[in-house]
Amino acid sequence: MSSNSETEIVKGIRDEYAYGFSNSDDAENYFFKSGRGLNHEIVEAIAEHKKEPDWMRKFRHKSLDYFNARPLPTWGGNVAEIDFENIFYYIKPTEKQAKNWEDLPADILDTWDKLGIPEAEKKYLAGVGAQYESEVVYHKLQADLEAKGVLFLDMDTALREHEDVVKQYIGTIIPQNDNKFAALNSAVWSGGSFIYVPPGVKIELPLQAYFRINAENMGQFERTLIIVDEDAYVHYVEGCTAPIYSSDSLHSAVVEIIVKPRGRCRYTTIQNWSNNVFNLVTKRAVAYEDATMEWVDGNLGSKLTMKYPAIWLMGERAHGEVLSIAFAGKGQHQDAGGKVVHAAPNTTSVINSKSISKDGGRAGYRGLLEVAKGAHGAKSKVVCDALILDEESRSDTYPYIRVDENDVELGHEATVSKIGEEQLFYLMSRGLTEAEASAMIVSGFVEPITKELPLEYAVEMNRLIQLQMEGSVG
Amino acid sequence: MAFLELKNLHVALEDGTPIVKGVDLSVDLNEKHAIMGPNGSGKSTLAYALMGHPSYEITEGEILLDGENIVEMGADERAQKGLFLAFQYPHAIPGVTVTSFLRSAINAIRKAKNGGQDDPIPVKEFRTHILAAMERLKVPRELASRYLNDGFSGGEKKRVEILQMALLEPKIAILDETDSGLDIDALKIVANGVNDLVGPEMGALVITHYQRILNYITPDHVHVFVDGRIVASGGKELAERLEAEGYEAFIPAVEAVA
Repeated sequence: MSSNSETEIVKGIRDEYAYGFSNSDDAENYFFKSGRGLNHEIVEAIAEHKKEPDWMRKFRHKSLDYFNARPLPTWGGNVAEIDFENIFYYIKPTEKQAKNWEDLPADILDTWDKLGIPEAEKKYLAGVGAQYESEVVYHKLQADLEAKGVLFLDMDTALREHEDVVKQYIGTIIPQNDNKFAALNSAVWSGGSFIYVPPGVKIELPLQAYFRINAENMGQFERTLIIVDEDAYVHYVEGCTAPIYSSDSLHSAVVEIIVKPRGRCRYTTIQNWSNNVFNLVTKRAVAYEDATMEWVDGNLGSKLTMKYPAIWLMGERAHGEVLSIAFAGKGQHQDAGGKVVHAAPNTTSVINSKSISKDGGRAGYRGLLEVAKGAHGAKSKVVCDALILDEESRSDTYPYIRVDENDVELGHEATVSKIGEEQLFYLMSRGLTEAEASAMIVSGFVEPITKELPLEYAVEMNRLIQLQMEGSVG
Repeated sequence: MAFLELKNLHVALEDGTPIVKGVDLSVDLNEKHAIMGPNGSGKSTLAYALMGHPSYEITEGEILLDGENIVEMGADERAQKGLFLAFQYPHAIPGVTVTSFLRSAINAIRKAKNGGQDDPIPVKEFRTHILAAMERLKVPRELASRYLNDGFSGGEKKRVEILQMALLEPKIAILDETDSGLDIDALKIVANGVNDLVGPEMGALVITHYQRILNYITPDHVHVFVDGRIVASGGKELAERLEAEGYEAFIPAVEAVA
């Protein structure tokens, strides 16, 4: 990370969630809006509306059965608060997807402009997908990448145009009955990204997807599938925001990734949902021989996040990394972490988690590190650091480790710290205000993660941390 | 009136224990003062209290900086008004590079000087400025991209303190035991830094236990500090007397005052 970003964070303090604006969610503005509640009729309506093949229709109905049969998890955060009958499961905002921003309805384009997406596309992105409610309303990939055979589509289009590939992989990394929320997503999924990178193709600039919830009580269930072929590389970035409403919305995504031999995939999330969104996401990748999978996961928003990006190291010398930041402010619970399974010899992994809690927020690390029998020579390092900014806030660490192999090298470190009065005094004695000094200490704390981000995202992440810091001091 | 004036300054710990018991002192621009005292005399408390550490309470008296009483101000405001403290034990700020910290601190001071409006130092000017100062103070280049004081040796920390002093351009710099833990070469570099900066734009108050640093920073005024009070003041010959006779010679003076 360049030294500019810390300069960024000590200036320009704002005192509220900056993305809380909304457009009218008057049903008349939408092309199609389902009723509230979840049942087989809704699932049928979605499949019908999308004119899906029969196998997908069955997949959805079966998934709903799994969802209904499974109890709510009793660990992690309080998901019992979710009123599943009050949620809209499918809203289609526009009739068809746009290839030019100008072709979008004015109010939707205005939202993207406010979020700065068209501007970012021009400056530093190789491709952009923009999902509004249930559907991807804008999608574009640079022409030279299209020519190289790269596919970057929304998932619905992929199902229509590359049905065989979708059918081959969907639900293979995360089975539809993996957990209650994966089952929910499998039943009502809509939108999300489909990426295929052909052998040897390295995409230099990131591909970005942006997810926006606009309607009150919206449920957004995007489904993403990424296949990185041999010797290929992609960096995929997702961002998400929503308006502030007094009642809850639900976001429950499923992301499946396959990294073939010597391929590399980096998946970066900057999650900034408003504080009325339940964010319950299942993300899992498999990495084959000499492949690398990296999750960079920033969780700053939402009411409750339960998310543990996972990597299965299936081929010899595969490498996995989970780098995460969780920031919990007032009324927020971030139950984040990561999972790595070493299923082949000489595989290596790093989990580095940084959590910050303030104003009564609760942030934690929940992780699983597993080494299967036969995965000799596996090496892993797990580091989780927590920074607690006041007495009311809380941090939890649940590091589970299961090892069935003797020849392994594992390291685990955990620290919990508070911002020291002496550190603050030292920085303030150089002219920084208390708020600036605290923000500097926090940005330093998360620096090992933010330095892994492209500059634009590092600046964005630090700016969001700055916004979160606002109001906590002085 | 001198730029910094202490008038009957009393400082106590949070539990009320008095540490500094009535200090009068004037330090002006272009002056070098030394406060010498034994361990536990309260001289570091005096330094912290001048800078506004929240653990120390000023129970009586005034601190005037450029004629303004700063007793109620936080450390940030005092710094913005031209006060600087070189710490005996500078704190580490992991994840924040020396360069980025310096830029933020310089910009905080510039903002204050610009009436609260941002006035960030141009990137090129900052670069030229910091490189020249590092060269002058023999701060290794690689230190600029390391995290502030994180894993620094004692000598590196002290040099970076002086580097900060040079770049923030305070009016009055207080150096708290800056000589402790320095070998002779490092001590010379630090002392030369102070000598270079003291002039029409800056005065310095050097707090020390030993006379050693005063061989390199020749003070205009020396004050002997025992049990929270200045018990004797004089020129640099006072430091030499102290070195020869020890602090014991001044203890009766305390009792005489008491």
